[in-house]
Amino acid sequence: MDATLIADLLYTALRAGTPLALCALGVLIAERAGVLNLGQEGIMLMGAVTGFVVCTETGSYSLGVLASTGVGASMGLLFAGLTQGLYANPVASGLALAVFGSGLSTFIGSDYVGSPLAGIPSLTIPWLSKLPLIGKALFGQDPLLYLAWTLALVTGLVLHRSRHGLVLTAVGENPEVAHRLGIRVALLRTLTACIGAAMTGLGGAYLSLVYTPLWTAEMSAGRGWIALAMVVLAGWRTGGVVAASYLFGFFSIFNLLMQDMGWSMSPNLLAMTPYVFCLLALIILSGKGRFSARRAPTALGQNFHAES
Amino acid sequence: MQLQKRAKPARHMLWLAPVLAIMLTLLTGTALFAALGLSPLPVLKAFFVDPVRDAYGVSELLLKVTPLLLCATGLSLCFRARVWNIGAEGQFLLGSLCGGAVALWFNDENLAGSARIGAVGAAVAAGIAGGMFWAGLVALLRHRFNCSEILTSIMLNYVALNLLLWAVHGPLKDPDGFSFPESALLVDALLLPSVVDGYRTHVGFVLALLLLVALGVIGSRTLLGFQLRVVGESAAAARYAGFHEGRLLWLVLLACGGLAGLAGAFEVLGPVGQVTPHLSSGYGFAAIIVVFLGRGHPLGILLAALLQALTFIGGENLQIEFGLPKSIAFIFQGLLLFYLLAADVLVNYRLVISGDSVAQVQG
Amino acid sequence: MASASSPNPNRAAPPAQPAPARLELISISKRFGDTLANDSISLRVQPGEIHALLGENGAGKSTLMKVLYGVHTPDSGSILWHNREVDIADPNAARRLGIGMVFQHFCLIERMTVFENLQLALPELKAAALQQRFDALRQRLGLQVRLEDRVGQLSAGERQRVEILRCLMADVELLILDEPTSVLTPGEVQTLIATLRLLADDGCSILFISHKLVEVQQLCERATVLRAGRVVGSVRVADSDRAGLVAMMMGEAPAAAPQRPLAVIGEPLLALRADNCGRLRSARLELAGGEIVGIGGVAGSGQETLQDLVSGEQRLPPDRVRFMGEDIGHLSVQQRRLRGVRSLPVDRLGRAAAAGLSLAENFLLTHYGQGPLQQGPWVDWRRPAGAARQAIADFAITAPSEHAPARDLSGGNLQRFLVARELAGQPRLLVCYNPTWGVDPAAASRIHDALQDARQAGAAILLLSEDIDELFSLCDRLGALCNGVLSPLLPRTEVSTELMGRWMTEHAEAAGQ
Repeated sequence: MDATLIADLLYTALRAGTPLALCALGVLIAERAGVLNLGQEGIMLMGAVTGFVVCTETGSYSLGVLASTGVGASMGLLFAGLTQGLYANPVASGLALAVFGSGLSTFIGSDYVGSPLAGIPSLTIPWLSKLPLIGKALFGQDPLLYLAWTLALVTGLVLHRSRHGLVLTAVGENPEVAHRLGIRVALLRTLTACIGAAMTGLGGAYLSLVYTPLWTAEMSAGRGWIALAMVVLAGWRTGGVVAASYLFGFFSIFNLLMQDMGWSMSPNLLAMTPYVFCLLALIILSGKGRFSARRAPTALGQNFHAES
Repeated sequence: MQLQKRAKPARHMLWLAPVLAIMLTLLTGTALFAALGLSPLPVLKAFFVDPVRDAYGVSELLLKVTPLLLCATGLSLCFRARVWNIGAEGQFLLGSLCGGAVALWFNDENLAGSARIGAVGAAVAAGIAGGMFWAGLVALLRHRFNCSEILTSIMLNYVALNLLLWAVHGPLKDPDGFSFPESALLVDALLLPSVVDGYRTHVGFVLALLLLVALGVIGSRTLLGFQLRVVGESAAAARYAGFHEGRLLWLVLLACGGLAGLAGAFEVLGPVGQVTPHLSSGYGFAAIIVVFLGRGHPLGILLAALLQALTFIGGENLQIEFGLPKSIAFIFQGLLLFYLLAADVLVNYRLVISGDSVAQVQG
Repeated sequence: MASASSPNPNRAAPPAQPAPARLELISISKRFGDTLANDSISLRVQPGEIHALLGENGAGKSTLMKVLYGVHTPDSGSILWHNREVDIADPNAARRLGIGMVFQHFCLIERMTVFENLQLALPELKAAALQQRFDALRQRLGLQVRLEDRVGQLSAGERQRVEILRCLMADVELLILDEPTSVLTPGEVQTLIATLRLLADDGCSILFISHKLVEVQQLCERATVLRAGRVVGSVRVADSDRAGLVAMMMGEAPAAAPQRPLAVIGEPLLALRADNCGRLRSARLELAGGEIVGIGGVAGSGQETLQDLVSGEQRLPPDRVRFMGEDIGHLSVQQRRLRGVRSLPVDRLGRAAAAGLSLAENFLLTHYGQGPLQQGPWVDWRRPAGAARQAIADFAITAPSEHAPARDLSGGNLQRFLVARELAGQPRLLVCYNPTWGVDPAAASRIHDALQDARQAGAAILLLSEDIDELFSLCDRLGALCNGVLSPLLPRTEVSTELMGRWMTEHAEAAGQ
C-alpha cells in the first residue's frame, strides 16, 4: 500500500464519517435532555433532498445547506410538538417521522434523480494540505466538514463543561426534579429536539452536496439508525460519539480498501458490513460498564407533563 | 387554549381519534394535490376509489392486505408487551428468501400429488423458520446482551435486505434470466391456490383472517394475553406476579418473526412467484402503522390494514394515471400516523379554551 | 425590621402582637375535586421561630406547604411576607422571597455529584463562591458532606443535609421541612435537631411538618395543629402536654393501644438464612404460624431484599429457605404462592398493582393458575371480577367499580384493595413492607385489623415497617435491620424503644448483646 493510497483512504474515511457524526451529535444533544427521536433517517433524507434541490435551483451551496438545516429543525419541531405538546408516544412519533421523511423526500426528489451537481469543493490550505499522508485528510477538506468539527467541539464544551450542559443533563435524568428546581423542561426539550434535528438535516446536506453529490431515493442508507446506535455505543459522551462515527466512516469505505488489495466480494455483502459491525459492537460493549445502555439518561424517551 | 387532563380516558375517543386522523389526512392530501396544480377530486378518486371499483380490484386489495395482516398480527403481540420490534420488514424478507430458496429447490415441472404438497409445505415452513430465526436474533440480543430491540431489529432489516440482494444477484439468480437479478419463476404447482378462480387472492388471506381471530381470542380470553398486557404495563408488576419476562419476550418475538416470515413466503409462493429484490413494498413498516391505527384490536387492525393496502394500490394507480411517484403512499402513511398520534391526545386530555376555564373558576 | 415594614392598608393592625410576623397565612383554602384539602387556614411564624405544623397523614399539611412554596395556587386567602401581601406563583418566586423547602422526596439528581446539584439550583453563584460558602456553612453547622460525592451513593440522611445546605446557601429566611425525620435513624434525628436549633439562633424561621410528637416537643416553640384540613389549635408547645396534642390531632383522646397477648409460638413455619444478597448482608429468620414478626429499620437497610427472598422474586440455594418442612429457596414466586407464601411490596402502583389495569385484572395478578379464579390457559373474566367486587365490598373500598383502573384509586383505597387481595388467597405466610405508609388513618386501622385477623386465623405475618408505633402496637416479636444486618428477634415485651433505636443504628451483633 503506497502513501497516496493511505492519504486517499484517510481523506475518504473522514468524509464518510462526517454525515454520521453530524447526525449522531444531534441525537446526542437531544438524548442528553431525554428526547428520544427515532425519526433520524427521515430527517436526514429530508435534509439531503432539500439541500440538493435548493442548490440545484439556486446554484448556491450556502442556501442549500441553510435550507437543509431549517428543514431538519422544523421536523424536530414537529416531533417536539407531538411528544412535548401533545404527549404522544415518542417511539411511534419517531417512526412516523422516519416513514414520512422517506416518502416525502422520494416524492420531492423524483425529478432530480440523476441530475448532476458539482458538489461543494474542497479547500486547500496552503502548505499544510501538502503534508504527506494526513495533509489532504486534515487540511484539504470541504468547509462543511470543518463546520462539523467545530460543532462537535462546541457540543462537547456545552454538554460537558457548561451550566447549559448541567441543566440539560438534569432534564434528561429527572424532569420531575428539574421542574421543581424551576427549569422549563418542555421548552428545553423542544429546543434540543430542534437543534438535534437541524444537525441531522445538516448531515443529510453533507451526503447530497459533498459525499456523493447527487440525489437518489433512500440515499442515507440507514445512517440515521446507525447514528442512534453510535450514541448508545459511545455511552452518551461527545468524544465517544465522534470517535465511533469516524470509525464507522472507515469501515464503510472498506470496499475501496478491499478492491485495492485485490480482494473481490459481492457488493451486497459488503453493503451489509456496517450494520453487522454495528451489531457486533453493540454485543461486545454491552457488558462494559462505561459503554452499556445502563449509561442512558434515566428519563430517556419518557414524556413529562408538569401538573400541580 | 390549553390541555386539561381528563379524570379518566374517554372511550369514545379511542374510536373517534382514528376517524379524525383519516379525515385530516384526506384534507392534507387534498391541499397537497391542489398545491401540485392537480384538481384534488379526481386524484383522490384515483387514489382511494378506483382501485376497488370492481371485484378484481377488491381481490388485489385483499392480496396486499394479506402480508399486512400477518405482520400486524405478530407486531401487535410484541407491542402489547411493549417490545418495540421494528424488524418485521427484515423478518418478512428473510422469510421470503428462505421460503423462496426451498421452493426453488423443488422447482420442477413434474411436481404433483403429495410431493407437491410436501414441497409447498416445506417452503412455507422454511419461510416461518427464517422469520423466526431473524426475530430470535433480536430476542437473543435483548435478553442476553441487553441491546435495544429497536436498534437491533432495524439493523437486521438492512442486513436481511442485503442478504436478499446478494442471493438474487448470486446463488438464486436465474441462469436463463439474462442479467436480471431475479430467480427463476416458480412452477404453477408450487403456487398457492386462489380462493376464487380467476382472482389472485390466495388461501393465505383466509389463514391471515383466522390468525387475526386467534389474536383476538388470545388477547381477551387467555392467561397469555393477560401476561403480555401486564409485562407491557409494568415490568415490576410482572415480576411480582411471577410472570417470566424473558420467556414472554422470546415468545412474542418468535411469534412475530414466524408470522412475518410466513407473509414473506406467501408473497413468493403467491402473487410474485419468484424471488426478486422488490418482494416487500415496505409491508413490515406499514404493519407498524396498521397496529397503531387499529389500536392492537383485531377489528381495528383489519380496517387499518384495508386502508393501508389501499394507499399502496392507490399510490401505484396515481403513478399510472397522473405520473406521480408512488412514494406518495408513504407520505400518506406517515401523515396518517402523525394525525393519529396528535388526535390521541384527546383520549386522555380535553381541549379547554382558556377564556372558558377562567370563567369557570370565577363562577 | 419593625420600623421598616410598610403599613398594609388592606389590613387592620393586629392587636397586641409584639413583633410583625415574618410569615403570615390568612384563611388559605385549597380544594382538589371533592376534597377540601385546606379550609381557611391561618398561621403566623416569627423570625427565628421553629414552628411545628402537626397533624395526621391527610390532614392537609403538605398541601399547605406546597401552597406556600408556589407549587399549588390557593383558591382563596392571602400570604403576607414581612407584612406585605405576596403572590407566590411558582417555586422560583418562593425562592426569590427567601423561602426554601426540603421535600419529603428529595429534589436531587442521583447521577450528579453534590457540587453539580448545588450548581444546578444556584445559578447565580460561581464555582469558587459556591465552594467557599458551602465550606463556611458546613463548618458553622458541623455537617459532614463532601462536594465530590455522587448523590446516588449517599444515605437518606446525607441527602437531606445536602438539601438543607442548598436551601441555606440561597439565603433563606424561612426553611420548610416536610416530614424530615421519616427517613432518618434516631441518631440522625438528633443531628438534624441540633442543626435546626443553630439555624434558628441565626434568625432563620423554620416550619417543621411532622406527625411525631416527640420531635415536635423536643424542637419547636409553637405548634399549629391541623385536622381534616382545618386548624384545630395553635399552642405553645411548652404549655401543652402530649395527650392534649394527640387529642387535638386525632379529634379524641386515643384509647391506650390494647396490649394484645403475645402469640404462643408453635412449630416454625419459615426458616430463612441469607448472607450477602444485594443489600442484605446477614439475616437469620424463623417464623411460626399465628404470630406477627415486626422488623424495623430506616429505608434502604435491606428490607426489599429480605422481602424478595421470602416471596421468591430473588432466589437462593434450596435449603436456605425452608417452608413447612420443604426447601423452597430455589422455587419461583408462583410456586411459593401456590404453597401459601404471599407478599405485598412497598410500591403500590407499578409493582403490587399495574396502574393501567382494572381492579379485576389486578386481582388476577396474584390469583392465576391452579386456583378457583383461573386454571389452564383460559381466563373467565367473570371470576376475578366477582372476587374483586367482593374485596371492594368487604373492605368498604371507594372505587367506581371493579373495572376501574388501579390508578384511579386513592392510596388508602388501593392499599386496602391489595391487602384484601392477598388475604383472599388465605396465605400461610404474608410478608408486607410499610403496608400503611401514606395511608389515611381510617384505612391504616382497617389494614391493621385485617392483619390481626389473619394472625388469629393462624397465618404468619412478617411486617417490615419504618413506623415504630405500628411495629410496637401490632407485633408479637420485634427486630430491626441496619445496613443489611438483621438483629435478633425478641418478644415485644423485651424490646424497649431505646433497644429498637440501637438496633436501627448499630450492627446487630454489637447491639443485640
